[in-house]
Amino acid sequence: MKTIIDKIWDAHCVRPESDDAPAVLYVDLHLVHEVTTPQAFDELRARGLAVRRPERTLATLDHSTPTLPANPDGTLPYKDAATRNQVDTMLANCREFGITLHGFDSGQRGIVHVMGPELGATQPGMTIVCGDSHTATHGAFGALAFGIGTTEVGHVLATQCLLQRRPKTLAVTVNGTLPPEATAKDLILHIIGVLGMDGGTGHVIEYRGEAIRALSMEGRMTVCNMSIEAGARAGLIAPDEVTFAYLRGRPNAPQGADFDAAVACWKQLVSDPDARYDREVVIDAADVRPTVTWGTNPGQVIAVDQHVPAQRTAAAARSLSYMGFDGDAPLLGRKVDVVFVGSCTNGRIEDLRAVAGVLRGRKVAGHVRMLVVPGSHAVKRQAEAEGLHRVILAAGAQWREPGCSMCLAMNGDEVGAGELCVSTSNRNFEGRQGKGARTVLASPATAAACAVAGTIADPRNYAPLAEEAA
Amino acid sequence: MEAFTRFESVVAVLPQENIDTDQIIPARFLTTTQRAGIGQGCFADWRFDAEGNERPDFPLHRPELRGAGILAAGRNFGCGSSREHAPWALHDYGIRAVISTRIADIFRNNALKNGVLPIVVSDADWQRIAGFEGRKIVVDLEAPCIELPDGSTIAFEIEAFARECLLKGVDQLGYLLLQEAAISAFEQARAA
Repeated sequence: MKTIIDKIWDAHCVRPESDDAPAVLYVDLHLVHEVTTPQAFDELRARGLAVRRPERTLATLDHSTPTLPANPDGTLPYKDAATRNQVDTMLANCREFGITLHGFDSGQRGIVHVMGPELGATQPGMTIVCGDSHTATHGAFGALAFGIGTTEVGHVLATQCLLQRRPKTLAVTVNGTLPPEATAKDLILHIIGVLGMDGGTGHVIEYRGEAIRALSMEGRMTVCNMSIEAGARAGLIAPDEVTFAYLRGRPNAPQGADFDAAVACWKQLVSDPDARYDREVVIDAADVRPTVTWGTNPGQVIAVDQHVPAQRTAAAARSLSYMGFDGDAPLLGRKVDVVFVGSCTNGRIEDLRAVAGVLRGRKVAGHVRMLVVPGSHAVKRQAEAEGLHRVILAAGAQWREPGCSMCLAMNGDEVGAGELCVSTSNRNFEGRQGKGARTVLASPATAAACAVAGTIADPRNYAPLAEEAA
Repeated sequence: MEAFTRFESVVAVLPQENIDTDQIIPARFLTTTQRAGIGQGCFADWRFDAEGNERPDFPLHRPELRGAGILAAGRNFGCGSSREHAPWALHDYGIRAVISTRIADIFRNNALKNGVLPIVVSDADWQRIAGFEGRKIVVDLEAPCIELPDGSTIAFEIEAFARECLLKGVDQLGYLLLQEAAISAFEQARAA
C-alpha cells in the first residue's frame, strides 16, 4: 500500500518524524559543486568537523567554469577573479576534506546532474541531495533526489543526514503515446503548464504511465529535471529494464553478480497497485505539441504555433511587457538573437543528436549567435565520436567545453540586455540568462529550428534532411 | 544564530507573484565564497538601473518604506533556484520576515535557517496586511501571530522544530550532531 516515494523515505529514516521534530533522513549520495558549498566547508572548519562520509560525496566543477578552451599558456579563460577563486576554493576544500572531485584533469567532469548518472553513481532507491534545485534529475532512476541550501549542505557533510518533513505525494500519469514531433522537453513543459509553477509545492511527483515508460533515460532525466519548475520538491520515475540497461557497466554502479543482485532489489521499487497519493493528475500524451514558453516563468507555455494568450492578469501583462511580446499574437516569426543548447535539462547526447539532425545540411541564420554546450566531457567525447560537432560547427554554431554556461549566466556566457534567446535550459525568469535577457524555453529540436530560421520556428518544418540532400 | 522572538518593523508590499530567487539575488552575485555583504545584490535588477543608480519605482526606495524589515509578497515567493544566497541577501538587506500566500519549499527551508521568517497566510489576511503598507507591524514568533496597527492579530503556522530553534537562537546542526549514535546504528544495520 506504499508509493515508491514512501518506500524510499521509510528505508532512509534514521529517526521518524514527530510533532516536535522532523525525520532524520539518511543521504546515500551527496553531490557538490563550487557555488553552493564554500560557506558550508567554512562552517565545518569553524566547528572542527570532518566530512562524515567522503565516499558518499562526489564533487564537480560546472557553474562558474569557462566553456571556452584553455588559453595558449594553459590558463583557463575565467570570467573574472571571483569565478576563478570559487573554483580554486572548491579544489582546496575537496583536498582538505578528502572528497573525490572530477575537476579539469578528469575526463568525467560535467554538469553535476549529467555526470552523476553517467558514472552510475545515481542508482535506484537512493536518497540523493545537492545544493542545486535541479537535483530531481536523478529521480529518473527511481531515486528520491532533491535540492538543498548551503546550510543543509553543511548538515549532510557533517552528519550524512538531513532534517526533513515527509513530503506529500503527487502522481502525474501520462497515458497514451507522444506524437512523433513531441519530445520529453515538450512533455514536461506541457505538464508544468497544467500544474502551474507552484502546483507541486510540498509534493514529490511520481511520473508514471505509458508515455513515461516509453522515454529513454535521457528523456526521463529531462522530465524529472524540471519538477522544481512546478514547485515540487522532487520528481521520480520507478526503475525498469530501461534503467537497468543504462546502469549496467557504469563505473560507479555495482559490477557482475553484484549488479544482478542489485537489480533484484531495484525491481521492488514500484508503487503498490493500491497505493494512495495525496493528489493525482492525468495527462494525455496525444495532446503534447512542440511547446515553448511565452513569458517569464516556466508555467507560461503554449504550443509553438499557438498565439500568446491575451493579457488577463497583472502577472501576464508584466511577463509580456518584459518579453516584448503582444497578447493574442503568434510567437512564430519573432526575431531570435541567441540560441543556447545545453544545461542539465537538455545537454545530453540525445539532445545533441536532435540538434545535429536539424542542423545537418543547414546554416544558422547570420544574425543568430548559437552556443552548443555539452553537459559533460563524456557527452562531448560521444558527440565528437559521432561527428556531431562537425555538423554543429559547419552550420555556424559554437561548440564549447562542458558546463552550466548560459543556463544561469554565471561564467560569462550571457545573453545581452533585450536580446531574445531560445534556450533548451529550464528557467525563463527575468534576467536569468543575463541582465535584461529574454528567454524562450524549448526543446533541442525547436531551438535548432529557431537557429536556422532566425526566428521562433516550428520544428515540424525543419525535419532532418535526407542524407543525399545534406 | 541570533534568536527570533518578536520583530517590529515597517511592512513593504511587493505584489508580484512568483518572485523567484533569480530576482532576489541574480546569479552574477553568486561567485562569492562568503556570506557578508551579499545584500548589495538583493533585488539588484529591480533596485538599480543599467548605470547603477537607484530606480525610484522600486517600492523600498519610497521614503516611508526605506529600511522596511517585513515584506508582504505575492504568491509563490522564493521559487526557482535553491541558492541560500537569497535569504542571506534578504537578511543582509534588512528583511526579517516575508509574508505570502504561498512560499516555495527550498526557500522556506533556507529562510528558516537564517533568521528570515517565511509566513504563509490566506489571501484575505494577506490583503489586510498589505493594506497597512508603510505602517509598523509586529511578527510575534512566540504566539505565533502577526499584530496589525489596528490591534487585530493574524495567527500563522510554522514548523514546530524550526520555531523552537529560532526562539532559542540555536542552529539545527547541533541537534543533528547529537543523533550520532542513531546514525551509526542505522549505517551498521544497513551494512549487515
